[in-house]
Amino acid sequence: MARDQLTGTRIRERRVTLGIKQGTLASDAGISASYLNLIEHNRRRIGGKLLVEIARLLDVEPAVLAEGAEAQLVSDLRAAAQDLDVVAIMPTAKTPPAETDRTVEFAGRFPGWAALTVAQAQQLAKLEHTVAALTERLTHDPQLASALHEVLSTATAIRSTATILVEDRDISPEWLARFHRNINEEAARLSESSTELVRYLEAEADTGPLTPHDEVERFMASQGHRIASIEEGEAPEAVVSTAQGMSSQTARDFLLRYLKRYARDARRLPLKDLEAFLCDLGPEPDAISARADVPLDTVLHRLTHCSGQEALGLVLTDASGTVYYRKPINSFSLPQGGPATMLWPVFAVLSSPGQPLRRRVSQVGRRDLEFDCFAAAAPSGPVGFDAPPRLEATALIRAAPTTSDGADVWPVALV
Amino acid sequence: MGKRVLVIEDEPNISEAVSFFLSRDGWNVFTHSKGNDALETVAHRAPDVLILDVMLPGRSGMEILRDLRADSRWQKLPVIMLTARGHSRDRAEAEAAGASKFMTKPFSNAEILEAVRALAPQ
Repeated sequence: MARDQLTGTRIRERRVTLGIKQGTLASDAGISASYLNLIEHNRRRIGGKLLVEIARLLDVEPAVLAEGAEAQLVSDLRAAAQDLDVVAIMPTAKTPPAETDRTVEFAGRFPGWAALTVAQAQQLAKLEHTVAALTERLTHDPQLASALHEVLSTATAIRSTATILVEDRDISPEWLARFHRNINEEAARLSESSTELVRYLEAEADTGPLTPHDEVERFMASQGHRIASIEEGEAPEAVVSTAQGMSSQTARDFLLRYLKRYARDARRLPLKDLEAFLCDLGPEPDAISARADVPLDTVLHRLTHCSGQEALGLVLTDASGTVYYRKPINSFSLPQGGPATMLWPVFAVLSSPGQPLRRRVSQVGRRDLEFDCFAAAAPSGPVGFDAPPRLEATALIRAAPTTSDGADVWPVALV
Repeated sequence: MGKRVLVIEDEPNISEAVSFFLSRDGWNVFTHSKGNDALETVAHRAPDVLILDVMLPGRSGMEILRDLRADSRWQKLPVIMLTARGHSRDRAEAEAAGASKFMTKPFSNAEILEAVRALAPQ
């Protein structure tokens, strides 16, 4: 049906929207209700003075009734039909091609659905473009891979659930409510994860602290890298719930992971005890570990919380060497959220968890600056007989008190 | 009761949707969300088809699949691997590990249903 043949449909929609009865409009326009009914069902053409009068009564421009406001919509729908190969997207669905000869009718009769279809097509085009641009980086960036995995997982849940809702006509009210809730949850998650993905991608061109890791780092810096409430035994979840600057669930998850480690180590080695050991033994991690009878990785971590130790750097990684928390140190570049390079001492300790490592290191291109790196690996939680331990590596970095001749200095690089 | 399908997937809403439409098709569906005890769950449920996500907490689906294929009881078990990564090398890795079918997310319900029906005719 041509666009101008849907004038009656638009009159009816406008009238119903305004809450005007058909008889009332007909009477005001000087025609019978039955004639208006025929017009509204597109069974009588309308134009001239009558169209102008009905448009006036409905407080709308005559051209909007005659031409429709969907011209752009029709154009976009046609573009969507050209761009999307339904057969390629759903090869097994036996879906017929879009009825492009009825595009005008679709836009006129279902403007909301038509707009949704266009929006989905445009969103899909944007995502396809983003995915194409990311393909190469995906292999080398675990944080990006994780963000994309999150987007695809939520998209999968929404797609699968939405298909059920559309195709299953005998679904019970309980399942219906459940699936609506699931879609709502996943849509919120998709919104957040896709926003976070875009922010992450834009972060490269921006000097601002935009990644979840950066947000955690900035939050901890704002606290002086010491959380008084955690020292006093408050639950990490409570701290995360009130933490400022956490713009995504991923950032909150990263912060919670770190704060759980913080809380565990604070319980093992209270700050006042550690500061007393520091006075007696100096900043020697292994001596403090032996005296306090706590694991060395706990001492390495807790030293960064002591007053007067602000110049210490810290890197925490999982068993793959992927950094999940870092405390920066001046003049020494630490790895970002991705995997630390194989040259880092963390890999050596991850391969021999019982053997801590102390190495003098310098960064490639900055051989004049030497640092001492203390690293230890330990299980991150309880261990069982039938499961391999989940290891974490802890590396403490501090400026070397003296500079050596360079003979035993490990060169470390970020790439 | 129909044949048994075990879905090992850590995303609960995906798992629930897959479980729902397979059940509607007459399959007896079980779900599990962790990788580290997946082998025990397979042994316990003895499925006719296994739908296995690659990225699982505790242990990857690829490792689980390799262990399954090393066990004479599960060498012929049809396994559909699900992953958000569609790289050809991932597909090749899954095939080398013994996957019967490799599907990338976001998949369609019809694809899963067709694959399950093909791998374990009722």
